[in-house]
Amino acid sequence: MTETLGGGETVVFWILGPVSLAGALGMVFSRNAVHSALWLVATMLSLGIFYVVQEAPFLGAAQIIVYTGAIMILFLFVLMLVGRDSSDSLVETLRGQRVAATLVGVGFAALVGAGIARATQDLPVIGLEAVQGGPGGASVGNIEAIAELLYTRYLLAFEVTGALLIVAAVGALVFTHIERAPGSRRGQKELSRARFLTDRPQTVSGPGVFARANSVAVPAILPDGSQSRDSYATGIAPGQPDEMPRPTGQEQLGSPDAALGSTTPTLEGGDR
Amino acid sequence: MSETLPADGLLGWSWLLIALPLAGAAVLLLGGRRTDRWGHLLGTATVAASFVLALLCTIQLAGQDGAPADVELFTFISTGELDVRAGLLFDPLSAVFALLITGVGSLIHVYSVGYMAHDPARRRFFAYLNLFVAAMLLLVLGNSFVALYVGWEGVGLASYLLIAFWYTRPAAATAAKKAFIMNRVGDVGLALAIFVMFAQLGTTSYAGVFGAVGTLAGGTVTALGLLLLLGACGKSGQFPLQAWLPDAMEGPTPVSALIHAATMVTAGVYLIARSAPIYDLTETARAVVLAIGALTLLIGAIAGCAYDDIKKVLAYSTVSQIGYMFLAVGLGPAGYVAGLAHLLAHGFFKAGLFLGAGSVMHAMNDQVDMRRFGGLWRKLPVTFVTFGLGYLALIGFPFLSGYFTKDAIIEAALDRDDVWGWVLGGVAVLGAGLTAFYMTRLMLMTFFGRARWEEGVHPHESPSVMTAPMVVLAIGSVGAGALLVSVFPLSGWLEPVFGEPEEAAHVVAPAVVGLVVTAVMLLGVLAAWLFVGRREVPVTAPVRVSPVTRAARHALYADAVNESLFMRPGQWLTRALVWVDNRGVDGAVNGLAATFGGSSSRLGRAQTGFVRSYALGILGGAVLVAGALLAVTAG
Amino acid sequence: MTLSYYLVLAAILFTIGAVGVLVRRNAIVVFMCVELMLNAVNLTLITFARSTGTVDGQIMALFVMVVAAAEVVVGLAIIMSIYRTRRSASIDDANLLKY
Repeated sequence: MTETLGGGETVVFWILGPVSLAGALGMVFSRNAVHSALWLVATMLSLGIFYVVQEAPFLGAAQIIVYTGAIMILFLFVLMLVGRDSSDSLVETLRGQRVAATLVGVGFAALVGAGIARATQDLPVIGLEAVQGGPGGASVGNIEAIAELLYTRYLLAFEVTGALLIVAAVGALVFTHIERAPGSRRGQKELSRARFLTDRPQTVSGPGVFARANSVAVPAILPDGSQSRDSYATGIAPGQPDEMPRPTGQEQLGSPDAALGSTTPTLEGGDR
Repeated sequence: MSETLPADGLLGWSWLLIALPLAGAAVLLLGGRRTDRWGHLLGTATVAASFVLALLCTIQLAGQDGAPADVELFTFISTGELDVRAGLLFDPLSAVFALLITGVGSLIHVYSVGYMAHDPARRRFFAYLNLFVAAMLLLVLGNSFVALYVGWEGVGLASYLLIAFWYTRPAAATAAKKAFIMNRVGDVGLALAIFVMFAQLGTTSYAGVFGAVGTLAGGTVTALGLLLLLGACGKSGQFPLQAWLPDAMEGPTPVSALIHAATMVTAGVYLIARSAPIYDLTETARAVVLAIGALTLLIGAIAGCAYDDIKKVLAYSTVSQIGYMFLAVGLGPAGYVAGLAHLLAHGFFKAGLFLGAGSVMHAMNDQVDMRRFGGLWRKLPVTFVTFGLGYLALIGFPFLSGYFTKDAIIEAALDRDDVWGWVLGGVAVLGAGLTAFYMTRLMLMTFFGRARWEEGVHPHESPSVMTAPMVVLAIGSVGAGALLVSVFPLSGWLEPVFGEPEEAAHVVAPAVVGLVVTAVMLLGVLAAWLFVGRREVPVTAPVRVSPVTRAARHALYADAVNESLFMRPGQWLTRALVWVDNRGVDGAVNGLAATFGGSSSRLGRAQTGFVRSYALGILGGAVLVAGALLAVTAG
Repeated sequence: MTLSYYLVLAAILFTIGAVGVLVRRNAIVVFMCVELMLNAVNLTLITFARSTGTVDGQIMALFVMVVAAAEVVVGLAIIMSIYRTRRSASIDDANLLKY
């Protein structure tokens, strides 16, 4: 009945312990939520390895596959849906919250840490060789040992957990489902009919069509020479294009006015 | 009292007397507008049927020598020691009242058919009248004080409803409230009397109470008598509760005639006469009855001299005449019959007078100011003749009914043969003179002299449906007195109730009394002719008058006294209680609520809605728990 | 080195997670902090399982993982629906349930 652990384990602990701590701290202090998630992944991987070291290979694998694999990916999915740039502002809105949280956190860590250290300094290490596979241990492995208990003593809890999972899945569907009134979705036929019911069924002319300059900011000119309101580019006042620099290559093309004709409407249009 | 017989024959059906008008009232009130067209006929028919039934019952009663009949109906209240059985007692006294109520009631119903012909709410009027007749019959026919009390409150309700019949008039509504409240004061006395009876005797039936009243202590009997008297004063408009009765004239005139002249206001006299076995045992209570009767007699007569409102004069006349009746019944065995005879005669002529006044008002576009009448005898011949006969009967013109009955009261007062007898007799004679004065004044101002009508008034005689009851009542006014005193003596009829009338030795010979009273009456008539008839009557009342006249115009300041003695202190008390309730009780309750509300809203500020604040609280709590655990285990 | 090193490490990770819940406002990051706390507890459970020589602790850790997965699914769905209506993933913005 030993109380101290082996040297290899000590090395692993002293390497991965700081890594997990750094991951945890990094998660809390990263402004960017995606960085937080990545820091947390580091911590979880470390913990997974700790599980393997502590004779729980199945849980270690589950930790890596389920947690760092599935759940963290889910987190990232939601992050991307919500918006990656929705990082916290640095200003704390609740007065004294950070100071109080730090003080209480330090106090909690000190009290619980000290208490645990004091209470468990002589904790024996019986080890799991007797119940699961190991050097000179039982013939069954870790998974069989867990399965044996899970399907006998903890069967009811196991089945209730299954129900919980189904409820959670249905609940998530209910939460995220957007209710639409039946028949409110409009198909191409309805959209087209609606467009022809307006007094302008044709497509809106794009900016710059028949313009004297080939910038999107230049509005289209109607046959009567006036500007087409529909082609105004958003964010640019309609008067501005006239003040914009003319395109280069004027020498080769000649005056665009000459090329396009007068801007003043002429009924005959004979001088072209 | 003689032996009570079980009711058989027609008397077993005497409950129908009450049930018929009650059914009429129910049909009219529940039937709604559907009964508008024939409702008044139904109302009249039920009362007339009751009259016929009462007549038949009385004949049967006469056939069995006036032995009272007890009709058991059902158990009304049975709880613990209190066992009230609803039952009727049909004895000569009840029979007299039942006849008066249904007889005069029928006539006034007939009269109302004409009087209310143009009122849109005529059906409601007849429903209330029927309700009144039913309640009044229950009052006089009940065989226990509880039954009497039910009827007593029923007539109070009907009176309230009828005074406030034109409830859109503020004056009518106020008068109804006044009547109701002042009646309540009296009703408290009656209720307390009933409580005393139950507490002391364990029964409230007439038979039980009167059989055992002799075993009570003298003080208790006196208290009973005084409490019953308080109830009687309230209902009958006697001092100090007389002020409501003149105001009650705001109701339609048939109501004034039936309820506030002929029947309901005499319920107090009935109560005292019915409770004769109690009053026979207590000299003190009888003395108080006498004093109240004499005082009210004078108050009513004096106030009647000063008013110009024809109905109010008649109302004060009623107050005064009921004072006579109280005086009579207060005299004890000698006066019961005289008082009841006067009650019956008064029921006839005062109802007739009121109906006549209604006819005059009908002719004069509802004008009530006598200074606006005058010279009407030519225009309203039937009204004039019937009214005049009632007038003569009231002032005690020889050989008309008032002459016999009033003289009997004065004789009975003088027969006491002591100084109080002379005082009371003197007051009664003086009252007779005043009565003659104010009634003559009324006659002169209304029917004689120059016409002082307002513009556009064209007096016309009332339709025959109104004059016929007046004629019948006028005949009754003329003949009732002689009938009741000599031809068909009431004393003999009431003998089973009040016992053998002892033939007292007259102190003053009846003929002398009659002469003196007639002389005083003629003096009053003469005075009225001198003051009113000989001169021109001004259209507006003169302002510069003697203090006596002014006091009389204010009914001797009865309202002012009531107001300053009871109403204002009551208001102060109410306001003080309201203040205490608002500031003290509500203040404490609201203060407590405000304290809790304020502190909870302040505590609620801790609920900021920020999840992180809550989480901080949780973690802080966890730290505390961990610290406590460590302190316990390490320490 | 003894097993209490693992336990103290778990306690520190738990505390860091708790403080993260208190100071971060992005609901998703707050969720990550909760996950960190659950992982710290898992480490404790596995350590004690090793100490006592039974696999019950490991089964507990397994259940914690499953429940955490369910919780993450529902929690993220809630965050999504809040974000849809309020255009914000900050938990300070969802503060209507108050006095």
